[in-house]
Amino acid sequence: MSNRYEARFSAVGGQGVLLAGQVLASAGQKYEGRYSIQTPTYTAQVRGGPTKVDVILDDEPIMYPETTAINFFLSLAQGSYNAFLHDLRSDAIVVVDPNLVTKINPKYKTYQVPVIEITKAKIGKMIMSAVMALGIMIELTGAVSKEAIEKALIDAAPKGTEELNLKALHLGYEEATRLKQGG
Amino acid sequence: MSSDRSDGSGIVFWQGNEVVAEAAIAAGCRFYAGYPITPSSEIAHVMAERLPQVGGKFIQMEDEIASMGAIIGASLTGVKSMTATSGPGFSLKMENIGYAYMAEVPCVIVNVMRGGPSTGLPTAIGQSDVQQARWGTHGDHPTIALAPAFHREIYLSTIKAFNLSEKYRIPVMLMLDEVLAHMSEGMRVPEPSDYHLVDRVKPSVTPEEYFPYDTRFGDVPPMASYFEGFRFHVTGLNHTKTGFPTTNPDICQSEEERMIRKVMKDADALAEYESYLLDDAEIAIYAFGSTARGARGAVDEARKQGIKVGLFRAITLWPFPDKAIYALAKRVKAFVVPEVNLGQMIQEVERAAHRDMPIVGVNKVGGIPIPPSEILSKIKEVAKNG
Repeated sequence: MSNRYEARFSAVGGQGVLLAGQVLASAGQKYEGRYSIQTPTYTAQVRGGPTKVDVILDDEPIMYPETTAINFFLSLAQGSYNAFLHDLRSDAIVVVDPNLVTKINPKYKTYQVPVIEITKAKIGKMIMSAVMALGIMIELTGAVSKEAIEKALIDAAPKGTEELNLKALHLGYEEATRLKQGG
Repeated sequence: MSSDRSDGSGIVFWQGNEVVAEAAIAAGCRFYAGYPITPSSEIAHVMAERLPQVGGKFIQMEDEIASMGAIIGASLTGVKSMTATSGPGFSLKMENIGYAYMAEVPCVIVNVMRGGPSTGLPTAIGQSDVQQARWGTHGDHPTIALAPAFHREIYLSTIKAFNLSEKYRIPVMLMLDEVLAHMSEGMRVPEPSDYHLVDRVKPSVTPEEYFPYDTRFGDVPPMASYFEGFRFHVTGLNHTKTGFPTTNPDICQSEEERMIRKVMKDADALAEYESYLLDDAEIAIYAFGSTARGARGAVDEARKQGIKVGLFRAITLWPFPDKAIYALAKRVKAFVVPEVNLGQMIQEVERAAHRDMPIVGVNKVGGIPIPPSEILSKIKEVAKNG
């Protein structure tokens, strides 16, 4: 029985969401024995263009490699929010950074987390924002287990940055826990 | 760390482009020349990192044309060689690809298809170079072009591309599309026991007795390597067995016929495809590459709705599976041909079906893949109209 789960992370090029997508997808594939596909979309610009990465997880081999009914949507930029807020299920969970995404479609259940501000203050490196966002996503959705995502994150982290990456991930868990409790 | 870029678990999560590069190394490719072009650039990135590790050479050339020239030259020294490109670069390489056909030099050209014509849609999917793969270079020639759809199949097809180029002494095209090239999909890396490697046949005669196009040994003459004591001439002009130009009509005729025959006598065996639910099908879908993945979803959904439809998933684009399509056309009532172009392979389906029957396309060229829902709509429309 197909148990397809679709996630989309969107931002502008250079914010690290492509890597976050890769981590999510490989967590499912390598550590949960599921099938996964990660599909990036980007413009010809290296940095600054609207970017998204779609991740599909399923218990069965995945045929169509594109998303059609997205369960989770993250956006760290208004431009990419506008460009990529499509193909969402009506019960999709949306997370945005309210400092960067101010015009929100009320149709979707949307959590507003100043991801970049928090990462900057508590980690010191903006590039970890996408990892923190990944932590938020995992805590809110349970799309893959924490154990799987942490292993996959350590696989993907450049040597010497494993601890920092895990710290950013845990920061995401904490923030999401607070959100769930309505705090 | 193992020799390739996997982490030892056996499961890798590579982009399609990375799969091609790693498979090329496994196939024995030890020379790559290229010029970066989206959406194929990651193949060059990985080859630049990996080739020096295995004693190979990577060169970023000044342009696409020179890259093609360089891999022909490298192959003439006996080294399995590859380049990768996308639409505009594929166009630029065409003259030298013709040279490789004429001079009978094995090599592999990867074309990651994006939207076109011209520079088109650099970061978005197209499947509109499939007829170009067949007829892009001038003159009569056979074509072998492969279009895998899954990452493990991309790996094995890359190896197959090298094997066929070595076996037949011709350039072989590996036709991916942007979606496959950029998406990452988990796969178990094939073990060497999962495939075999083919090397070109070397001469069994002395350098003094050697001719580069000596048909006494069959339609694929043994190929010496430069710098191993064999001296021979190579040209794009029609030539005799010595490799020197000729305008002798009989030799030109027989040699051109041989160069087509050497591949086309094996056309049926070369035309690899996968049949999915075709046994009782009344409607057949012909699809390839990433589009075939969406088509399979459409078939499953249509079956749930009671429509007898199946998928003919072409893995070899060229030679076209004439006999298989002809046989299928006698059994089904209609064909649906989705492709990310405005109708290219559908012409071949029509030709091979050789029957007056509905053969309808689903065509998109906006830089997005064809969703299963659109293929399903067409299936339902065709089913309804009988």
